Amino acid sequence: MLENIFSDPTFQFVLFSAAKIAVVFGVVMTFVAYAVLVERKVSAAIQDRVGPNRTAPPLALKIPVLGRLLQRWGMFQPMADGLKFILKEDFTPAYVRTVYFWLAPAIAVIPAFLTLAVIPFGSTLGSQKMVIADLNVGILYTFGIVSLGVYGIVLAGWSSNSKYPFLGGIRSSAQMISYEIAMGMSVVSLFLIVGDLNLMNLIQWQADHGWLVLYQPVAFVIFLVSAFAETNRLPFDMPESESELIGGYHTEYSSMKFALFFLGEYANMIASSAMMVTLFFGGWSLPWLGKPAETLLGGLVHIGIFIAKMIVLMLVFIWVRWMLPRFRYDQLMDLGWRRFIPAALANIVATALGVALLNR
Amino acid sequence: MPQLTDLLFYAFAGMTLLFGFLCVANPLSRNPVTSAMFLVLTIISMAGLFVLLHAFFLAAVQILVYAGAVMVLFLFVIMLLDLKEEERRKLNKVAVGLGSLAVLGLAGVLVRVLAGATPLIAAGSKPVEGSTRELGRILFQSYLLPFEILSILLLVAMVGAILLSKKELK
Amino acid sequence: MTKVVDRSPLNFYERTYLPALMEGFKITARHFARSVQGKNTATDLGDGYYPEVPWRVAEGYRGAPYLVSDQDGATKCVSCQLCEFICPPKAIKITPPGPEGQGADRPNAEKMPREFEINMLRCIFCGLCQEVCPEEAIFLQQHYSLTGLNREEMIYNKEKLLKLGGVHPGIQKWKHKLEEARDQESFPVKVD
Repeated sequence: MLENIFSDPTFQFVLFSAAKIAVVFGVVMTFVAYAVLVERKVSAAIQDRVGPNRTAPPLALKIPVLGRLLQRWGMFQPMADGLKFILKEDFTPAYVRTVYFWLAPAIAVIPAFLTLAVIPFGSTLGSQKMVIADLNVGILYTFGIVSLGVYGIVLAGWSSNSKYPFLGGIRSSAQMISYEIAMGMSVVSLFLIVGDLNLMNLIQWQADHGWLVLYQPVAFVIFLVSAFAETNRLPFDMPESESELIGGYHTEYSSMKFALFFLGEYANMIASSAMMVTLFFGGWSLPWLGKPAETLLGGLVHIGIFIAKMIVLMLVFIWVRWMLPRFRYDQLMDLGWRRFIPAALANIVATALGVALLNR
Repeated sequence: MPQLTDLLFYAFAGMTLLFGFLCVANPLSRNPVTSAMFLVLTIISMAGLFVLLHAFFLAAVQILVYAGAVMVLFLFVIMLLDLKEEERRKLNKVAVGLGSLAVLGLAGVLVRVLAGATPLIAAGSKPVEGSTRELGRILFQSYLLPFEILSILLLVAMVGAILLSKKELK
Repeated sequence: MTKVVDRSPLNFYERTYLPALMEGFKITARHFARSVQGKNTATDLGDGYYPEVPWRVAEGYRGAPYLVSDQDGATKCVSCQLCEFICPPKAIKITPPGPEGQGADRPNAEKMPREFEINMLRCIFCGLCQEVCPEEAIFLQQHYSLTGLNREEMIYNKEKLLKLGGVHPGIQKWKHKLEEARDQESFPVKVD
């Protein structure tokens, strides 16, 4: 009886999917925690500071040399940060619209994690494909979910019933809608070349023919800049812009509710880095490592390659933050609507012509 | 034993109807933002129905366009307008009566048509996979003219919107 | 001479944001490389970091306001309550001695406060109390690190303020006044 259940393909599918979801969720949460640390450390180095170097549990300091070293690198800081978020007073101001005020942080986080479902983070491990959901319309699913992410921010801004969060929410909704269009259009040219919306097949194509960033540099630039705008990172962090809007949509939030916005922002950053690796940098493949893994070790190596590429892109995200000052709002709209969208459209037309001529 | 897909169909269909009703006539809140959010939920449940029909492309586009873009603009406008009066407004009894009459009539027509309809695909045949490639073929080969006419209609609407939003014409 | 700043429109290359990006990258990379080698602002100044190496407080720094004693260790405050009235955040609370209360513990003064409290959580370190004090009894001193475990602990009472404030022998207003008064007594005639 029991053997029957275990050999049932539906049961196996559910079991493996659950395992993959759990592992991906855990890895992404760890990544978020340490991405914050890396961001703080790199920012500190760029600004001639040292960054977090003091937090350490007393027991860890007992380890001879390593304890002090880990303390100096700030390896325990994420734990302290997390603990602080949990222990802080969870304050709901009077006159907020309570239901939406409580709902908004959750709505901000969920899409960020849902996008990770279709990203192939490795080739195969054993008999399993290393992707949670191998959808035929993978990229469309991602865009659909990403477009829902704006609700968390808009509702947070509106429900706070305060002027700065409201301005932040309004700005972000306009910004995210504008850049979503450019982002979606930049990707179309990739699929014209590959001829498939499935992300697994997209990576296999790149493993065979070379990375798509070489074929579509314009699309990559548009996608990269739009990703900055979609994740509300500097130089496009108009929705938060500490200096003008105090903190934008999360001004009125504290404790774990604030932490959820923070988590969502970094999870978005991870998701868009992973997306860029998949779309433009060949996912788990390297130019000489194009075959889906046959051994367990090979599968793990592929996952490692994917994560390494992702980390490089995340460092780009962190570094660019200090390279450019914040855009003015009209400049942002101008860049989105009057440069990127026409450029993306021209790119689609040029690619379509190229594909049609080559396939003749 | 009912199939899982059947159960999911009833769940999504029920959710669509429930959220749709709450969007139009919410007994708990007359806040326009609440209505808009229920409309978003209705759209998402409908996307679920499309998934059950294996129309993945349609489901994704439904969420991307309606839930992700159109409804965000709706919310944008609702939040910018002062809608305090809307919340306080009394229900117009004549309008409610006429509206329910219209709904009943429409429902009657729909039920009669559906009862008399024969299934397009005979039961047991292979379901049509809603692949993007097939959809593109159909749109750009069989239905090219209607597609182009629609796009011109959209263009006209766009030009009209820009003209209307311009305060002074030069 | 006014200097005319040239604001010619950006050329195409500049409008692509590329030169700005490159310049930004150069600057950040330079600082990053420097920091990775272990050099930063603190090492430039030759100091360590704050908790180990205390901060050098500049002269004239406005730290916590404390009550000071005169050269004999007596309370200088005469409970006039000017500081209480002027304090913008209402951090100071003075309880005067009342008609039957204890007198001052020094000559030239009629009374001293029964209780003098400063709520350091409310204090904004503006220095108006020091400006307004006719007796030069309250001074913003160099303490900048005020911590406590609860709110009550951060309300400093008279004893604590006097103890922290210390003796200010340099400012001896009443001693000079006394000398002036003595001079006045013998004013027109100077008997040798």
